[in-house]
Amino acid sequence: MNKVRDPMIHRQTKSKRSASDRPPGLYALVIMKFVSSRVALASSFCLILILLAVLFAPQITPYDPLQRNTPERNQPPSWLHPFGTDRIGRDIMSRVLYGGRLSLRVGFFSVALAVVIGVPLGLIAGYVGGWLDNIIMRVMDVILAFPPLILAIWLVSLLGASINNVIFAIALSSIPGYARLIRGIVLSIREMEYVMAARSMGAGSLRIMFFHILPGVLGPLIVVTTLGVSGAIVFGASLSFLGLGVPPPTPEWGAMLTDGRSYLRTQWWVAVFPGMTITLVVLVLNIIGDALRDALDPNVRA
Amino acid sequence: MSQYILRRVLIAFPLILVVVTIVFVVMRASLGDPAKVMVGDRAGPELVEKIRRDLGLDLPVFEQYLIFLRNLSQGDLGRSVKFREPITERIAKSIPFTATLAFLSVAIGTALGLTIGIITAVYQRSWIDRLGIVTSVFFYSIPTFALGLLLILIFSIALRLLPVQGVGTWKHFVLPVANLAVGQSALIARLTRASMIEVLSADYVRTARAKGLNQRRVLIRHALQNTLIPVITMVGLSISFLLGGAIITEIIFGLPGVGSLFINAISNRDYPMIQGVVILGATALIFGNLIVDVIYALVDPRIRYEQGS
Repeated sequence: MNKVRDPMIHRQTKSKRSASDRPPGLYALVIMKFVSSRVALASSFCLILILLAVLFAPQITPYDPLQRNTPERNQPPSWLHPFGTDRIGRDIMSRVLYGGRLSLRVGFFSVALAVVIGVPLGLIAGYVGGWLDNIIMRVMDVILAFPPLILAIWLVSLLGASINNVIFAIALSSIPGYARLIRGIVLSIREMEYVMAARSMGAGSLRIMFFHILPGVLGPLIVVTTLGVSGAIVFGASLSFLGLGVPPPTPEWGAMLTDGRSYLRTQWWVAVFPGMTITLVVLVLNIIGDALRDALDPNVRA
Repeated sequence: MSQYILRRVLIAFPLILVVVTIVFVVMRASLGDPAKVMVGDRAGPELVEKIRRDLGLDLPVFEQYLIFLRNLSQGDLGRSVKFREPITERIAKSIPFTATLAFLSVAIGTALGLTIGIITAVYQRSWIDRLGIVTSVFFYSIPTFALGLLLILIFSIALRLLPVQGVGTWKHFVLPVANLAVGQSALIARLTRASMIEVLSADYVRTARAKGLNQRRVLIRHALQNTLIPVITMVGLSISFLLGGAIITEIIFGLPGVGSLFINAISNRDYPMIQGVVILGATALIFGNLIVDVIYALVDPRIRYEQGS
């Protein structure tokens, strides 16, 4: 008996030890690599600060972004008005903070919509293949045949300038990017042994697609989504810059730049602060996206 | 290779037909009665009826579609409601500005990006590399419209070196081209650097060095050619964004190009003009991608031989 039990105990302790010594999982490694980049950490911190500032705009700034205040018009940056005031005395910092709500909403929601539609399309096209793949990808080709900004301007001009139409137009033009990315990765994962193993154990197509293949595309998807949000923020602001976003006087970063454009010579601050803010947001999102890409790339060492 | 190019061309034309059809359908579906939209609410029913007859809007929709296609194949995009002249003529007057802007930006941006990318890859981890990375991330991130205003603020208002807006001399093109080329070069520099670093660590580059070839020869003959392949793909992908950037740049710097025409058409509700520019934009993109595919085949021998056999 003893002779039989002994190796069993030995094996158990061994397996226990190997469990605690086990190398960290993929996502733990990715997080470790990401955190080891000082620039990426600083950017994440900066992004969180901006998000908080935009979220708590009413607590941070005492001024109403729409309130005219003629006696205090055209003031350069000061303690009272850190970003100055515009030609009718509205506080630029309040407008930048409240405007951020709109710009960030456009960025996040349009990417969310594009992901929700584009990712399943890519999964189905890549996994099912055949005529379904053909139809989905040809439709994507047709959307890609339109330059994104021209497509969005055209659609918004037909549907009317509203935040929902802007989100829809941006999402529509970004769907093919997600579908193509996911399809490409799925094609390479589909033939892997673990997928075959799942299939041989009787897993259905839907189960394989969402439980076995989707986790494999998550890494690249996170990177592309992060960069997508920065792209969508610029996209949305470009539309408002061209007068196709939310109508004035609602503050929005792109629209504020159009506004400040006419006063560059005399009141530079009207355009410079919203311009700086949107550039900063896009910059930190791009840095975070790049750092995530490096962290997910097994060839790049931390 | 000619087979490969032929196939690309054969894909492009049906795609244009599909795009044109979609534009026609979407326009008709969303506008309802174009005649009414064109004359506005104040016009009497006789005028609406007359315009409807003049434009052939009293015919069945499918017949209108065929006429639209026939006119299009002859380069006739209809008449502008605002300017009362053929859209093709109006566009033809605007194209030189947009084409000059786009061509110069792509050419300068790509050349600059390649140079910066190669230098930063060769001197990896040096201060010049760091500087290159920081500036390229910044210029890659700053939105076109924000950069445009920044350029005006610095070069036109503060330094008084260049005109703010308008056309006439070569000086009027400096800032618009810079505005578009900067983003393009940042994009290309990032990609070239990454691609070059990968190539430089490849076995055949080490072999070339081991043979005793000098640095310049290794870089140009061995590394650069393979670095170029992903870069060409990126130049192709960037065309669609450049067409958008050109619209914003034209608006900022007051260039009377197709982008300005488009935005004016939208504020004037000049629907035939909007339709014309959308069709033109999509066609330009499809042909741009076609040209990139052909260049791609010329550079990458794998495509050349694969399709030839």
